[in-house]
Amino acid sequence: MADTTELVTAPGSQTGPGAGRVSRRPARLPKPLRAVVRLAGIVPFAAYIIIGLFIPLIAVLIGAFQSSSTGAWTFSNIDIAAHGAYLKGFENSLELSLIASIIPGIFGLLIAYAIFTAKGRGSTALRQMVITASGVFANFGGVPLAFLFISSLASTALITGWLNNIGVNLYGHGFTLFDLFGVAVVYMYFQIPLMVLIILPALEGLRPAWREAAENLGARSWSYWRHVGGPVLMPSFLSCLMLLFGSALSAYATAAALTGGTIALVPIQIGNLLNGNVVAGQGNVGKALSLGLVLIISVVMVLYVMLQRRAAKWLR
Amino acid sequence: MATINDYATQGWFARLRRMPPGNAGAAVSRSGKFPVWRWVILLIAGVYFLLPLYAAIRFAGVKAFGSVFTQPGFGSSLWVSIQIAAMTWAITMVLMVPTTIYVHLRLPAMRRFLESITILPIVIPPIVLTVGVLQVFPIQLKATMWLLGIEYVILAMPFAYRAIDAGLRSIDLKTLTEASSNLGGGWLTTMWRVVLPNLGTSLLSSTVLIVALCLGEFTMASLNLVTTFPVWIVQTDQLDANISVSASIIALVVTWLFLMLIVTIGSHRGRRTGAGEVNLFSTTPTTKTIGES
Repeated sequence: MADTTELVTAPGSQTGPGAGRVSRRPARLPKPLRAVVRLAGIVPFAAYIIIGLFIPLIAVLIGAFQSSSTGAWTFSNIDIAAHGAYLKGFENSLELSLIASIIPGIFGLLIAYAIFTAKGRGSTALRQMVITASGVFANFGGVPLAFLFISSLASTALITGWLNNIGVNLYGHGFTLFDLFGVAVVYMYFQIPLMVLIILPALEGLRPAWREAAENLGARSWSYWRHVGGPVLMPSFLSCLMLLFGSALSAYATAAALTGGTIALVPIQIGNLLNGNVVAGQGNVGKALSLGLVLIISVVMVLYVMLQRRAAKWLR
Repeated sequence: MATINDYATQGWFARLRRMPPGNAGAAVSRSGKFPVWRWVILLIAGVYFLLPLYAAIRFAGVKAFGSVFTQPGFGSSLWVSIQIAAMTWAITMVLMVPTTIYVHLRLPAMRRFLESITILPIVIPPIVLTVGVLQVFPIQLKATMWLLGIEYVILAMPFAYRAIDAGLRSIDLKTLTEASSNLGGGWLTTMWRVVLPNLGTSLLSSTVLIVALCLGEFTMASLNLVTTFPVWIVQTDQLDANISVSASIIALVVTWLFLMLIVTIGSHRGRRTGAGEVNLFSTTPTTKTIGES
């Protein structure tokens, strides 16, 4: 019976903070216990994440402090991972991720904004086409992606040839597909779609009413973006950049297919070490490199969460 | 109460504010300039995304596309990937749909937390995760597709969760569940007969995103020594690069067409029932109100 009375009273308070918790249990249990019971609903999910994601991750991180041969505790893996070619790997990876997150970030935002604000005939179709394509392209990578770009932008490839014909000698200007910038150009193929997908919800939070209000107060497009749209969108934009950065930092298959190890990048070094391709018995150096990556990712994710929280102030 | 902009998108006011592209003169500064800017962006994007595809198709040759299907290993590796995708799909649906609905209804404060957790697989290096998984999972699972099915749930989570979440945001979940329980429906009935039918589009989108992932993920599959479709593509690449590229382009286009079909059907249905436009991760409600939160 208690349930029924609650159901009757609830609809009036639709917009109140507590609205909608109609099916709430009657207050039989003490408050802290009720919170625990309510959390029980996400236990299966939490268990899955812990077993499938966190435990494997922690196992790798523990391995970073163990000797590959004896299993004894040691810092030597960390020491090796922080010097020489591996340090260079971190530098390259960070630089690559920086290029492959900022450029696709800006461009992805522009695409998302272009399709989001499109109105009139065919705009829904355009939106759906771009967004579904983004969903597919964001998962594209590895050897096929490398092939796409080798057949179009390698030194004797199709587009390079076209550009040569119109007098633009890409390789004469120092471009090559196989250095950091070249790899970044390829990464954008999955980074831009990813950006489109993750920034769209934030764009939805920009209320049309704000723009109308700004225009009614005499704002031009520029002042709207300078004072209203920009500041509201900035935290979301930056948090999406964090994700792109992490995604670029962790990409493995594409870089491996494209460079074949000619550029020192951390994920490839990890792959080589753990496959035993370099020196046998150095597997745990790979784990130490993983630890390095995870530490960078943690910083990035902390920033992501903080920025998301800030973004939530205006965008829901 | 709809905003001015909503009225502006429909009816006579729209024609006043937004002139048809043909005679969008200099008089309306914002709307006049805007389409040009939009088309430039979309053109650059089109060139960047389509030219490499075109170059690859030309390089591989049209003939290679025909011989993909008769290539040894094509059928069996695709079948392995489909089985893995089915397993991933089943686990994702059973695990993520109830959890997301539950969080929407009972723990709305947890939504942000769940968002941050489910985004993790995008940023955690797959190679690191794979190494850890191979280290801690029981030996019976190693080098089997079961392991991939279990772990792809994790890898698909950023996409699957967002698709389901977008679906839930586009419907009035509270009203629906209240109405259902008013009519005497239990938790299970509400889920099965009220919420799930309304989530059709977003569940289908997440399905296709899972398939896209299963047809594209290489790192974990290869280190786990299972010849999935992407692993077969790379193996074939060493024999005949043209065929492997043709195969991956076919997979890309077919997945995209499926996704497109689903979203189109979904939005037609949505228009009928008055739900918002559902687009994978995002929803555009049909009416926005000023006071809405």
